Amino acid sequence: MDRLIELLPELNLAFVETLVMVGIALSFAFLIGLPLGILLFVTDQGLILENKWVKQAVGIVINLIRSVPFIILLVFLLPLTSFLLGTTIGPLAASVSLSVAAIPFYARIVESSAREINKGVIEAAVATGASPWMIIRHILLPETKPGLITGITITAISLIGYSAMAGTIGGGGIGDLAIRYGYYRYDDTVMFTTVILLVVLVQFVQYMGDFVSKAVDKK
Amino acid sequence: MIELREITKEYWSKKEKNIAVDNVSLTVNEGEVFGIVGYSGAGKSTLLRFINLLERPTTGSVRVDGIDLLTLSNKELRKTRQSIGMIFQGFYLVASKTVFENVAFALLAAGVQKKHIRDKVVQLLEVVGLSDQLAKYPSQLSGGQKQRVSIARSLANDPKILLCDEATSALDPNTTESILSLLKEINQKLGITIVVITHEMEVVKEICHRCAVMREGKVVELGTTFDIFSAPKDPLTKKFIQNVLEFEIPELMMNRVKGKLVKLIFLRDLATDAVVSDMIQAFEVRANILHGKVEYIHETPLGVFIMDISGEEDQVNQAIDYLHKRVHKVEVIEDGPTYRALA
Repeated sequence: MDRLIELLPELNLAFVETLVMVGIALSFAFLIGLPLGILLFVTDQGLILENKWVKQAVGIVINLIRSVPFIILLVFLLPLTSFLLGTTIGPLAASVSLSVAAIPFYARIVESSAREINKGVIEAAVATGASPWMIIRHILLPETKPGLITGITITAISLIGYSAMAGTIGGGGIGDLAIRYGYYRYDDTVMFTTVILLVVLVQFVQYMGDFVSKAVDKK
Repeated sequence: MIELREITKEYWSKKEKNIAVDNVSLTVNEGEVFGIVGYSGAGKSTLLRFINLLERPTTGSVRVDGIDLLTLSNKELRKTRQSIGMIFQGFYLVASKTVFENVAFALLAAGVQKKHIRDKVVQLLEVVGLSDQLAKYPSQLSGGQKQRVSIARSLANDPKILLCDEATSALDPNTTESILSLLKEINQKLGITIVVITHEMEVVKEICHRCAVMREGKVVELGTTFDIFSAPKDPLTKKFIQNVLEFEIPELMMNRVKGKLVKLIFLRDLATDAVVSDMIQAFEVRANILHGKVEYIHETPLGVFIMDISGEEDQVNQAIDYLHKRVHKVEVIEDGPTYRALA
């Protein structure tokens, strides 16, 4: 117990670091991944902005990023991080690679939840003479809202996992703490505490996600 | 109003060329309710979608109100689509929007100012009889109510044309009836030209002034609904309306037929009683009605009666000659027991 109290400041800091990393990456995933996902959907064959070239180009880039294992992406992106932030250490630096990984991940989730929309609903909107932007804003986004929120939940949970990896190369956060104390120093107390903390965090995110997603679902 | 000229639609599936619509020309007049009938796969759905260019024809031209739609830019086409409402079998309402918002979307899409939207939506929902449901979500409505919402949405921008894609096929008979009378009202009161596609002859009978019958991408018969029903020419048309003009007499009844079995078809006026009683008075025959039915085709009666006329052969023949003069169509189905014995 004493050991825990002793650790508390460091634990707090690690927890905040994790939240910062995940929060930043999640924000970028939402801000960039959402439009990309919608773009992938609307440029598909027979849809409102059908465009084979755009669809394929975006699809290829997304697949490229998604096929690189995260730990390798982390190392691969170090020069970019250093160029953007002037450093490769700390939660901010780790956010760069986390964001790069999260954006395509979320984009694919957005695309697949948009596919769930009945094509007839889109056809009916086209028949009213609505512009593509009106259809995206007033039909696609509201109709995919529950899916978008579920997607954010899934992305957040994956990012919590990824953030532990990012921690190992100097990103900080709970994962970093667990490895430093638990792995390098065989300190089981810290190890268990961090695991419990992560479990609680993931459960909380999942619960919140499910709750909000259900609240906005009108089906 | 709507002119389709030599329209063909080809599409490729699994490297095989299919023809959905095969060189169809069709004109729909202003203010009429026009029906397109056919089984699924006949190309009627594709044909309907040419009118607002949800489908683009491979060759041919589409004119609405004198404008060739195929020459329009995207923006102009969207503008034109606002004057062509469309409703569907599956309703296709936005599940995450309330009834009010669903109708308001069509107005937003047309760039109507926010302050005018509310009044217009309320007025539209009044037309379709749903003013008290505007805060509900589609999932809380019945099928008929959903179709009313989609009708309100389709009427939002005061269209000149309303396209109905199997609009009543997912509804029960009572609801179908009420939606059809709403469509009729829209046609008569608002003067909107309506094009319906359906596989239900009931729908055509109820509301269509004229109709076209489609098979394998071609229009095989076209005419006023009454002509189609009273004198179908194409085998497919005959099949569609067989339950109107045809009637199978059960075997047991057939065995009891004493004289000649005659089918009478009355058009427009129904002087059935008078004709039959006149015949009985004029000739020494007995008439036994085995089947009788009157259909109202777009409010014009079409009667079909099957009668067993018995008596002296000479008298029976004279009676039938008499009927030929008084009735639209007389058909001798069975020549009598002797004939059957020979066969």
